[in-house]
Amino acid sequence: MHNKTIAQIARDLAAGEYSSVEVTQSYLDRIQQLDHNYNSFITVTAEQALAQAAAADAMRAAGNATPWTGVPMAHKDIFCTNGVLTSCGSRMLSNFVAPYDATVVANFNNAGAVSLGKLNMDEFAMGSSNESSFYGAVHNPWQLDHVPGGSSGGSAAAVAARLVPGATATDTGGSIRQPAAFCGVTGIKPTYGRVSRWGMIAFASSLDQGGTITRTAEDSAMMLNVMAGFDPKDSTSMQQDVPDYTANLNDSIAGLTIGLPKEYFRDDLSSNMQQQVRNAIAEYEKLGATVKEISLPNTHLAIPVYYVIAPSECSANLSRMDGVRFGHRCDDPQDVNDLFKRSRGEGFGEEVKRRIMVGTYALSAGFYDAYYKKAQQVRRLIKNDFVEAFKQVDVIMSPTTPSPAFKAGEKTSDPVAMYLEDIFTIAINLAGLPAMSIPCGQVDNLPVGLQLIGNYFDESRLLNLGHQFQQVTDWHQQTPADLV
Amino acid sequence: MEWEVVIGLEIHAQLATKSKIFSGASTAYGADANTQACAVDLGLPGVLPVFNEEALRMAVKFGLAIDAEIGKRSVFDRKNYFYPDSPKGYQTTQLHHPIVGMGHIDIELDNGSSKRINVTRAHLEEDAGKSVHEGFGGMSGIDLNRAGTPLVEIVSEPELRSAKEASAYFRKMHSIVTYLGICDGDLSQGSMRCDCNVSLRPKGQQEFGTRTEIKNVNSFRNVERAIDVEIERQMDVLEDGGTITQETRLYDADKNETRSMRSKEVENDYRYFPCPDLLPIIIDDNYIEAVRSTLPELPDAKRKRFIESHQLSANDAAVLASSRTLADYFEIAAQAANDYQLAANWVQGDVSATLNRLEIDISELPVNAEQLGRILQLIKDNTLNNGGAKEVFNALVALGEAGKADSTVEKVDALVDSMGLKQVSDTGAIEAIVADVLANNPKLVEGYLNTPVEKRGKAMGPFIGLTRKAAKGVNPQVVMEVLKKKLEELG
Repeated sequence: MHNKTIAQIARDLAAGEYSSVEVTQSYLDRIQQLDHNYNSFITVTAEQALAQAAAADAMRAAGNATPWTGVPMAHKDIFCTNGVLTSCGSRMLSNFVAPYDATVVANFNNAGAVSLGKLNMDEFAMGSSNESSFYGAVHNPWQLDHVPGGSSGGSAAAVAARLVPGATATDTGGSIRQPAAFCGVTGIKPTYGRVSRWGMIAFASSLDQGGTITRTAEDSAMMLNVMAGFDPKDSTSMQQDVPDYTANLNDSIAGLTIGLPKEYFRDDLSSNMQQQVRNAIAEYEKLGATVKEISLPNTHLAIPVYYVIAPSECSANLSRMDGVRFGHRCDDPQDVNDLFKRSRGEGFGEEVKRRIMVGTYALSAGFYDAYYKKAQQVRRLIKNDFVEAFKQVDVIMSPTTPSPAFKAGEKTSDPVAMYLEDIFTIAINLAGLPAMSIPCGQVDNLPVGLQLIGNYFDESRLLNLGHQFQQVTDWHQQTPADLV
Repeated sequence: MEWEVVIGLEIHAQLATKSKIFSGASTAYGADANTQACAVDLGLPGVLPVFNEEALRMAVKFGLAIDAEIGKRSVFDRKNYFYPDSPKGYQTTQLHHPIVGMGHIDIELDNGSSKRINVTRAHLEEDAGKSVHEGFGGMSGIDLNRAGTPLVEIVSEPELRSAKEASAYFRKMHSIVTYLGICDGDLSQGSMRCDCNVSLRPKGQQEFGTRTEIKNVNSFRNVERAIDVEIERQMDVLEDGGTITQETRLYDADKNETRSMRSKEVENDYRYFPCPDLLPIIIDDNYIEAVRSTLPELPDAKRKRFIESHQLSANDAAVLASSRTLADYFEIAAQAANDYQLAANWVQGDVSATLNRLEIDISELPVNAEQLGRILQLIKDNTLNNGGAKEVFNALVALGEAGKADSTVEKVDALVDSMGLKQVSDTGAIEAIVADVLANNPKLVEGYLNTPVEKRGKAMGPFIGLTRKAAKGVNPQVVMEVLKKKLEELG
């Protein structure tokens, strides 16, 4: 049962092959048996999940089923869930039981989905290895001593280990695509403004975007059908019609032009990685697409720009964690400043503190123009690179990451090496574009991801391209060797 | 040395929107602590602000009322600082692109002339919550009901030259925002608060002296007192050869002194940057013109009209136009009676006295404008004399105080009847009464007739009193005429 996709489970439930309670129980059992290997869940809401499943079965019996009724899934612990611990992977929120549902969570609840629990992540979504979580590191199901990527490492590992068929995730600089690539699963970050951020704990507001991690592009389309749409509670969400993302999955891709940015196929990329990605692109050519080399000349500026903007925004976004109204509070504060300082000092981990410090510095009087303002100007140049490129091509492809998953602990003492992990994904967040990572090969028994970058609101095309690839290849069906 | 005083004011006015600037929670004053604070106001993880467009409409209305440039693209910024009653750790405000740019108002000076004061800017921002220091056993409580209440912060140019001018400016702003209906103007509830920037410089010097800022002064009188006492303090320091420290000071009204709150050196670096959760506000000329069409007649225009169309004195006009509700009350009553001077006298006399005595607003007065208008009509057609009119007015007030207010115009007439206040002007009837009085008081008549002719005017007094006692509500004018005639007939 656990090898089934969301689409298959939905079909089986509709056909009465098994009940939602049965499939839910089977996943809960599997999580209990296996997750000690991966540490992908922070909270498992078994009781609540079974109640949702029973309600879904009743709904189906009454003839009111939607495609999602009774289908199990899970949420990254960055999404607020009413009455359930929402920790964001931090000691700071290790006692925060959200009093409301994120719009994304409410959408899945309303569609009748069953939430199995909350998934591990880098603290406040800051990290590329899922080693910064207060709840411990997540392990890559392909090789347990390797990282699953981050920040949505719990989502990617749980889907790869077949503990859940699909999971929500978020992406600020690559936090969906990089772990999807490392764990051999499919992840899509939609256009900025496509999915509501209400109830999604903010890291960097102008870059954060909710998305999905699943095994197939078809499942991503099904999840996006539930998640996407305008939300009056999020001023940055877009009032744009939401298509049925499953409608165009089977369209032919013949005649499409794929852009290959030369800046993303650098010489220092290992020849193995290059080969896997080139092979995947060759598959697309077989399907009738043509390839064109393009240039995104400001690519090298993406990381420095990102590491000014994201920390600046996070330094303000995380100020509300002050020990006054919720979250961690230090013992016996002497006065209000002592309360602030010690609560925050104890509540935040190293990487979060580092970014708050960097952001605070970048916004300081006298530095604002040189850092934040300049970064915003360069951000526009990076965006313009893509706007120009999409005048010539329909989609842009690249490796998702410079290398496959690395060993745990390998980069924890070198923040800059860790930041460089996101070198192929960050510019997309700065431009606000949709992008997806699909498994396209393996190097040393570790998955390799292909990144597909689309024009604004062109998620349907990315899903179509992903689905077509998955019709002619089986990388997405590969399972880690020692997986039960 | 002769010193010149330089004052600039920053006025915070709470906008009278029903809900908060970035959330749907109510802005009503006086609810139990934290009952009007939703997830957004509490700054919970994951929440997002959504801008209340009513606050925009009100801010634009204000900008148009002070003849200011309206920002067609205004931007919200985050002002970062930690404080327990600032739930997000930053205040959402407008730094570089405010909704209202340079404008101006005119204030009236004591010598009857007026002075133009330029307004640098006015921007939208959110109010903070309140810290409560009593009742928590040495700890502090936080009440976030006020957090997120929309404010416009109105910043003047440093063009005020005395405490009196500053207070006149504050009053004028109060009058404008209440006229516009964008602020309830209730100073005691903190609906308008004023920060006063004060500095001195030798007369003739161009360069400004070092200023201090007196925070959160909340009455017209205290603005004047606080600035005066701060001017004195600064002058003492400077005359003694000292220097002024740039700092924030608090005014203690009980001791009538200002004292240092914090000095500028330890003040925060607020690290402003544009709020990424809110889009820039873009408005066009159509929007601005639509708001302009809703502007009411403003205090200056009304004052001018009262002088020109109703021939009121400059002083009467200024008093009556100072508040929109008072002006409306006056105009309704005056129109009903078709006598603006009579209405002006009454509103500034009995009406104002009653408001002061009961410490209420004109809107709460148990005698409404239509009722006063009817009373004035009855004076004009001689049905009531002035004393009778006061009695009716006071009777209506008493009903209101007893919780039995009756707002109908008919009640005025009913009271005139039941209290027997109707004036008798019928000469025949009065002649009969006077005849009775004279017949019943032969000694007085004799005394009168023995009085020299030139002193008889005064000797008539007792007869008037007796006549009015015999018949309540007789028209004193008619009584005089009849008495004169009758007594002359006697000799």
